[in-house]
Amino acid sequence: MHIVVVGLSHKTAPVEIREKLAVPESRMGEALTRLCSYQGVREGIVLSTCNRVEVYAVVDEIEAGYGRIQEFLADAHMSLSSEQLTPHLYWHQGDRAISHLFRVASSLDSMIVGESQILGQIKDAFEAALTHKATGIILNKVVKKAISVAKRVRTETKIAEMAVSVSYAAVELAKKIFSDLSEKTVLLVGAGEMAKLAARHFIASGVRHVRVTTRNPQHGLELADRFGGTAVPFEQFREDMASADIVLVSTGAAHYLVSEDDVQRSVKQRMNRPMFLIDISVPRNIDPAVRHVDNAFLFDIDDLKARVEQNRGGRLQEAEKAERMVVDEVGIVRQWLQSLEVTPTIMALRTRADDIKRAEVEKTLGRLANLSASERELVEAMASSIVNKLIHNTMVTLKAEVNSSEGAAFVEAARRFFSLGDPAVSNVNGSTSSASEAGHLVQKDIQDIEETIPRAGSKTPDH
Amino acid sequence: MAAMFFVVTMALYFAATVSFLAYLLWPSEALSKVSLGMTAIGFASHTIALVARMVGATDVSPPGFHEALSFFSWMLILVFLAVEFRHRLHVLGSFIVPLALVSLVSAAALPETAPTLNPVFRTLWVHVTLSMLGTVGFAVAFVAGVMYLIQDGLLKSKRFNVLYAKLPALDFLDHLNQQSIVTGFPLLTLGIITGALSAEFSRGSYLNWNPEQTWALVTWVFYFAVLMGRLTLGWRAKRAAYLTIIGFAGVVLTLIGVVLKSHGPVS
Repeated sequence: MHIVVVGLSHKTAPVEIREKLAVPESRMGEALTRLCSYQGVREGIVLSTCNRVEVYAVVDEIEAGYGRIQEFLADAHMSLSSEQLTPHLYWHQGDRAISHLFRVASSLDSMIVGESQILGQIKDAFEAALTHKATGIILNKVVKKAISVAKRVRTETKIAEMAVSVSYAAVELAKKIFSDLSEKTVLLVGAGEMAKLAARHFIASGVRHVRVTTRNPQHGLELADRFGGTAVPFEQFREDMASADIVLVSTGAAHYLVSEDDVQRSVKQRMNRPMFLIDISVPRNIDPAVRHVDNAFLFDIDDLKARVEQNRGGRLQEAEKAERMVVDEVGIVRQWLQSLEVTPTIMALRTRADDIKRAEVEKTLGRLANLSASERELVEAMASSIVNKLIHNTMVTLKAEVNSSEGAAFVEAARRFFSLGDPAVSNVNGSTSSASEAGHLVQKDIQDIEETIPRAGSKTPDH
Repeated sequence: MAAMFFVVTMALYFAATVSFLAYLLWPSEALSKVSLGMTAIGFASHTIALVARMVGATDVSPPGFHEALSFFSWMLILVFLAVEFRHRLHVLGSFIVPLALVSLVSAAALPETAPTLNPVFRTLWVHVTLSMLGTVGFAVAFVAGVMYLIQDGLLKSKRFNVLYAKLPALDFLDHLNQQSIVTGFPLLTLGIITGALSAEFSRGSYLNWNPEQTWALVTWVFYFAVLMGRLTLGWRAKRAAYLTIIGFAGVVLTLIGVVLKSHGPVS
């Protein structure tokens, strides 16, 4: 069993490719089911955000697993062949895959290092995977660990404080078009997190007029209320665009909502006053051809990224600190994963049983001083026989299940039943419980796992 | 004395131009202080040179191109310093100071005693001053237009370089463009009226369709259209930038034509 990741991110693929592979929330269930239906894929989780599409999976064989996942990604979009995809993909396995997930969760791999959105996105992906039973014991533990690592990085380094967000970059750009934002009007189309954040930044920078439009009118009204603005019916927002100096679009639509003609018309109505359009959606919602319209300035997420890149610098030191944390934490997970290997577990079980047997035999024989040598042998033989019979079935089952999808769970259970825990295991448990403080999701998940794996008594089986 | 200060001014404007151009490409803001300092001292020296010349003049001599260009250069720097004082817009200097330098160098190339244009000096002085003030307005509009197009291009092509960081917001540049024309246009109008009056005095007719007068009228009509287009048809932003650049290029060409005609081989 191996943990692998195959994916692409803002570092390896342009938005044109990313938007094709993006898995919308509505189709996540279907995607996860499809992923897990591939032969040799035991567990899987799909992380799809504006900046990355990644598949983490537990597979039987590394190379075959890579192939399956790449197939899965290519299948997501008809117009993309597996070969076209290859130059944009990265593949990691084992420690490197875990390390990658930890780095992603800690926002070390983000477009804006230190931003916090990614953690929420990982939680969402995890929740979806749990709902569709796509993950098992290994990914559950690794993802939860990733969440706890991310929290540790956030609290123990200054990385988050220094985050220069994409939304802030949007405000900065706007200031190069409009010298005074206070008299400008922002039109917020859709309720994407990033756009809401950007709207807040604009308000903080002095914008007083906010208009909001969402597909769901009720939602639009609520948002407008929150921003102290007015709601615009979704069907009308294109006509209304001329009244907006800044248009922020972030919806889940899979097609262009704003065309070149729409913008051309708006600019004309505005008597050529400049318009600033920001498209934070992936897939994009504003036709890129809008770039050709005079006095309209369109920026998509990659453009904002380019702007943000230049503001980095200062966070590098904190990022290095975070990187070291990631390395430590990967080590802990590695130990836990190793404990899930069957052979060492069987050996540990054997040793544990022998230890108990020896101790008990010595104790008993110490009390029965009058026994003959043959009687002593008999007692020892009985003890051995009891112990062997007790653990026999466990060992047979472990060997038999090693290749089943539940294999890891059996190993984990056996370790708990017989208290085969090593320091690594208790460590992992410790940090998952700290992760559980973080949110109800993880709490719920721990319950899930605890339901499937009854907790063994923590005391050693005594007589 | 005037001549000495004139030379000092030229040297300072030259140094300021070099420094301001370096400032444009250098990420640091440090150069702006040096450039501004040299410009300010140059301006003071220029003022002394102009005053000394006026005081030194024994009688009212007719204004020539030398005086007109030197005055134009002085006014440009004055406007720059005023805008700089109000908006702290150092980068404007990177565009205006070179223009002022070119104007001053052109002045230096021309003889101080200008050819006489059948003078009725007093009216002529007013005419030249007003026309030059109008032209300063168009020059600033031109500079704002150039800066607008550069910033527009950088934003469109997403090149966030040093220049992008230093240039101001597009709507500020558009506003500067508009204000400059709104100020320059009435001055040019007055300049043309006084010009016509002096022509009437000297030649007996307000308008005799000589090339200078014709071009002045063409310029007037052009800027009138630019102004009206902005107010009624939305000729702002990029279009306004293009129009003011074309307009100023026309003004400069006219000026060169007139100067050549007076001094060059044509005459």
